[in-house]
Amino acid sequence: MIRIQARTEPSTLMKIASPLIAIVLTLLFGCLLFSAIGKDPLQALHVLLIAPLSDSYNIGEMFVKMGPLLLCAVGLAICYRANMWNIGAEGQLLAGALGGSAMALYFIDSDSVFALPITLLAGIVSGMLWSAIPTFLKLRFNSNLILTTIMFNYIALYLLIWAVHGPLRDPQGFGFPESALFSDATLLPTLFEFSRIHLGIVFAILAGFIGWFILTKTHLGFQIRVLGADEPAAKYAGFNSKKLSWFVMLFAGALAGLAGVSETTGPIGQLVPNVSPGYGYSAIIVAYLGRLHPIGAILAAVFMAILYMGGDLAQIEMGIPVAVVSMFQGVLLFFLLACDFFINNRLTLSHQATN
Amino acid sequence: MDADLITQILFAAIKTGTPLLFIALGEVICEKSGILNLGQEGMMLMGAVLGFLAAYTTGSMGLGVLAAMIMGSFMSLIFAVLVLQLGANQVATGLALTIFGTGLSAFVGSGVVGQTIQGFTPIAIPLLSDIPYLGEILFKHDILVYLSFAITIALYFVVNKTRVGLTLKAVGENPNAANAIGIKVLQVRYLAIMFGGAMAGISGAYMSLVYTPMWVENMTAGRGWIALALVVFASWRIGRIMLGAYLFGLASIMHLVLQGLGWSISPNLLAMLPYMATVIVMVIISADHFKEKLLAPRSLGKPFDPRNMA
Amino acid sequence: MLLQANKWLRQNGASTLNTQQIASRLELIDITKQYPGCLANDSINLCLQPGEIHALLGENGAGKSTLVKTIYGVVAPDKGDILWDGKEVTIKSPSTARDLGIGMVFQHFSLFETLTVSQNIELCLSQKHLANIDDLAEKIRQLSEEYGLNVDPDKYVHSLSIGERQRVEIMRCLVQSVKLLILDEPTSVLTPQEVSGLFDVLRTLSKEGCSILFISHKLHEVTEICHQATILRGGKVVNTCVPSEETPASIAKMMVGDLAEQDTQYTKKEGTHTLFSANNLSLPSKQPFGTSLKNIQFELKAGEILGIAGVAGNGQDELMAIISGEDNRTNKSSLSLDQMDIGHLHAGDRRKLGMAYVPEERLGRGAVPDMSLTENTLLTHSTGFIKNGLVQWQEAKDYASRLIKKYKVKCHGEFSEAKSLSGGNLQKFIMGREIGQNPKVLICAHPTWGVDVGAALAIHQALLDLRDQGAAILLISEDIDELFLLADRMSAICDGHLSPQVKTQDTNIDQIGQWMAGTFIDTQRELTQETQS
Repeated sequence: MIRIQARTEPSTLMKIASPLIAIVLTLLFGCLLFSAIGKDPLQALHVLLIAPLSDSYNIGEMFVKMGPLLLCAVGLAICYRANMWNIGAEGQLLAGALGGSAMALYFIDSDSVFALPITLLAGIVSGMLWSAIPTFLKLRFNSNLILTTIMFNYIALYLLIWAVHGPLRDPQGFGFPESALFSDATLLPTLFEFSRIHLGIVFAILAGFIGWFILTKTHLGFQIRVLGADEPAAKYAGFNSKKLSWFVMLFAGALAGLAGVSETTGPIGQLVPNVSPGYGYSAIIVAYLGRLHPIGAILAAVFMAILYMGGDLAQIEMGIPVAVVSMFQGVLLFFLLACDFFINNRLTLSHQATN
Repeated sequence: MDADLITQILFAAIKTGTPLLFIALGEVICEKSGILNLGQEGMMLMGAVLGFLAAYTTGSMGLGVLAAMIMGSFMSLIFAVLVLQLGANQVATGLALTIFGTGLSAFVGSGVVGQTIQGFTPIAIPLLSDIPYLGEILFKHDILVYLSFAITIALYFVVNKTRVGLTLKAVGENPNAANAIGIKVLQVRYLAIMFGGAMAGISGAYMSLVYTPMWVENMTAGRGWIALALVVFASWRIGRIMLGAYLFGLASIMHLVLQGLGWSISPNLLAMLPYMATVIVMVIISADHFKEKLLAPRSLGKPFDPRNMA
Repeated sequence: MLLQANKWLRQNGASTLNTQQIASRLELIDITKQYPGCLANDSINLCLQPGEIHALLGENGAGKSTLVKTIYGVVAPDKGDILWDGKEVTIKSPSTARDLGIGMVFQHFSLFETLTVSQNIELCLSQKHLANIDDLAEKIRQLSEEYGLNVDPDKYVHSLSIGERQRVEIMRCLVQSVKLLILDEPTSVLTPQEVSGLFDVLRTLSKEGCSILFISHKLHEVTEICHQATILRGGKVVNTCVPSEETPASIAKMMVGDLAEQDTQYTKKEGTHTLFSANNLSLPSKQPFGTSLKNIQFELKAGEILGIAGVAGNGQDELMAIISGEDNRTNKSSLSLDQMDIGHLHAGDRRKLGMAYVPEERLGRGAVPDMSLTENTLLTHSTGFIKNGLVQWQEAKDYASRLIKKYKVKCHGEFSEAKSLSGGNLQKFIMGREIGQNPKVLICAHPTWGVDVGAALAIHQALLDLRDQGAAILLISEDIDELFLLADRMSAICDGHLSPQVKTQDTNIDQIGQWMAGTFIDTQRELTQETQS
């Protein structure tokens, strides 16, 4: 008879293995699902996971998608470490895209070398502003951070749609809800000729390492971890929880804002209504899959970017709805949470009957 | 504004508020047992798509609603197993449920996007609907609205007057103590979560069978989240949830009202109104920290593992 | 001090049992329960007669709680049989237990604060039971009268004192007409006066034939009221005895083996100059059902230990939070350290000025459960381990391992997570960490609660050493015996009021007990009014 037994010490192996097991289980689930709807599961998995890495252009696209996912996920991972349930990366990303685009359009006829840095800064500041409002409401009025950040995602989305229909619409755009194309002075340089990989991925990986450094090497990071793991202990030790909360939220807002402005000034080159295919929400999964660890987030972002690419390809090649990506993300998180149970518990075989 | 317009607006507010009422009633029962399920949006979307598919294929509205309820409780069962059995974090599991439901509903519904069905037709209740104004506002709705009235009254009675309600409150306040006196905490919480799922399912069905009536990806547009705020707004009280749902319903049709008044504001800006209203309401309600602590179920969101009791 | 407590409690005299020749009420045979890494109950046998008051004794972790939870159906045993009135039974759940006639009063009450007394009692009753009662509220009033419990069915539990709540728990059992009543450390939350009230109720019940299983580690109580005693150590029955034939010291020896040093006396000292003071401190509680502090006034001198006695929930937590700075809503001038006003400072700033603090909750407040001991060292002891905002992990690690050695903390090493340590070892670690900062003022709550005797002695010695070095120590505890043992001056807290402070030699348990019940409050109020007029 199989019994569940609590471990005396949490399993380190399981902490690392859990995300990998979750990925495998998700893929198995995918096979079942594809078989059920009459698609060849092996072909589907190939399209989802292998095809995205089959040529240099696709690999480039993978990095293009990884950038915003990773930027948002690093910020979220640090927020969650501090027990700040920021679900607002999507809104902060959109705010960054909006603020950055407004600045880029201001520089539309400019060729100043400062145009790009200022545009990026505008995006970062917009993202920070967008995370600052819910943070203020939480710390001052005790309102629920999860709900306010979600609401601000919707508000940012409608604000952006309003902007592309109104003030930021391209006057020569035949009434399409899009801004004018940005000038070259405000476009992020691409890294290679063969692909659209741009500076954004460098920012993202840098952010991952900065996040890692803050969390593990600094006293600030230690305080953040204590606050998240055990709030009464943080209070007892005399850490300033308000200051820490502000820091993590603004840091996450800045990174998400940077992700947004990097999208508009990078691969897109203008402001469009669908800047983000839900990067800010997927980043939650990336952060979790990376064990709320910035370096882990880098690996998880690679996987998630492949899945995004694969989702696009699967729709084109096999007629599988692209929604399969977000479904897989949900399943992945389910499996991850289930596997985490075995960090603190294990199954044992017992020959003894229990009553 | 003349009386007819006001009557029409209030009628529409009730209609718009009904899906919020269903889902918030489900969530409040769930929260009273101490469980915070952030997967409302996902369960609601799954209810909407399954309800539509069932009604579309069978032609029966009743089967549509039933399918939506079953789907909603099935979704909530996934959440329940993870949270109750495996001790997973409630916030993360709820988010996973929403992401999963958003994806799965779009996946399942991709074939019927843009199809329409007849939907429920309004039924005027004899006599009651003849009451001036009030009859127009309250008693010329479809059957699901009347069902929501009935459920509200039934829940009010169950929560406040019966031993079931007492048990629910006890589990939500102190699961360890409840366990110690022999209440089956997990069982109560399973039932509460699944009731919440079924209600989210009906709420989704209301969207796809009555409100639009059609299936569109992400058609719930954050109502699942607004319902969560609504529960806080209502201080976990059934009567207040009904009131709040209709107020939120009113906020989401404000653009119609303003257009009726001849104001011209971009519809995209007006579309923000319900979300803005939610934020403002939350700020006002939560600002009194002391009061919220007093009213919220004491163990809300905290894990409970009967194996750790010793 | 113990003797004094004893004498006071002996006034009522131990009652004797008329042995009756009928089947045992309850018999446990070979009860065994294994938890991961610990054998909580190891083949335990125990027998209880009707009307018998039976003490279950043992140190923390000896397996008492597990055993009574087994009897009450909360824990399922791995092995062993339970006989009830001579018949073998399986007690699957507390409701099975209640149907048999077993009632239990928990150490941490199982009451619901947002419900009324009568609703709380209703929840415990089966439908069958309820059907037999016409009017529950009336029945409660009637039983309340009969046993002198003074319980009002319509009151909300959050408005009741701890003592009243315990009576509600007992009422819960009485309504079900119990044949066996289990009490888990019932007296640890009561004032000495309330304890004698409780004993009267227990004696009445015993006379009516109700068996009582009484868990305690207060030995003088056991010798006073119990007919039989079973002593557990490390999950095993090590001895049984008739308490009235033993002395507290001889029972203590059975409980702890050879370690017992119950009659230790430490020298009392007098402080030199005032280091810390609270000046007319009043503050409403932040928590809905918390206690507000009223005109708290005390001075803490260098080189002394000031003890504050009190029943839990009388404002201790609120007072601690304000002194430590976790709650800094007070006026600047209502607290002072070394002639400096510190009422407005954050906990972190107060630490920098030389205050240290050992909280009541070790795990989850004094230490982060999921972090290593190195990280937990850094929690409050950061001077020297931070350079330019960066943590010097190696140095923190070395320091942690020195702490472990110095205070003989049993663990795998400085990398061990705090939650893997036993309560006593974690307490030694926290105590060492706080003392290691050479504080001017140490605030210490319930320092040896749940700690075994060996560790308690080590902790006592560490506190006395710190005092002798000239630090001022504020000791808050529910354990009067410990306070009398350690404190140089004593005081008591009741409902947010703090009594005057007196030298320990000049007072006795009786006076402190009355202060814990609040007898000083009226006189204090009159005095303030006099001075005002």
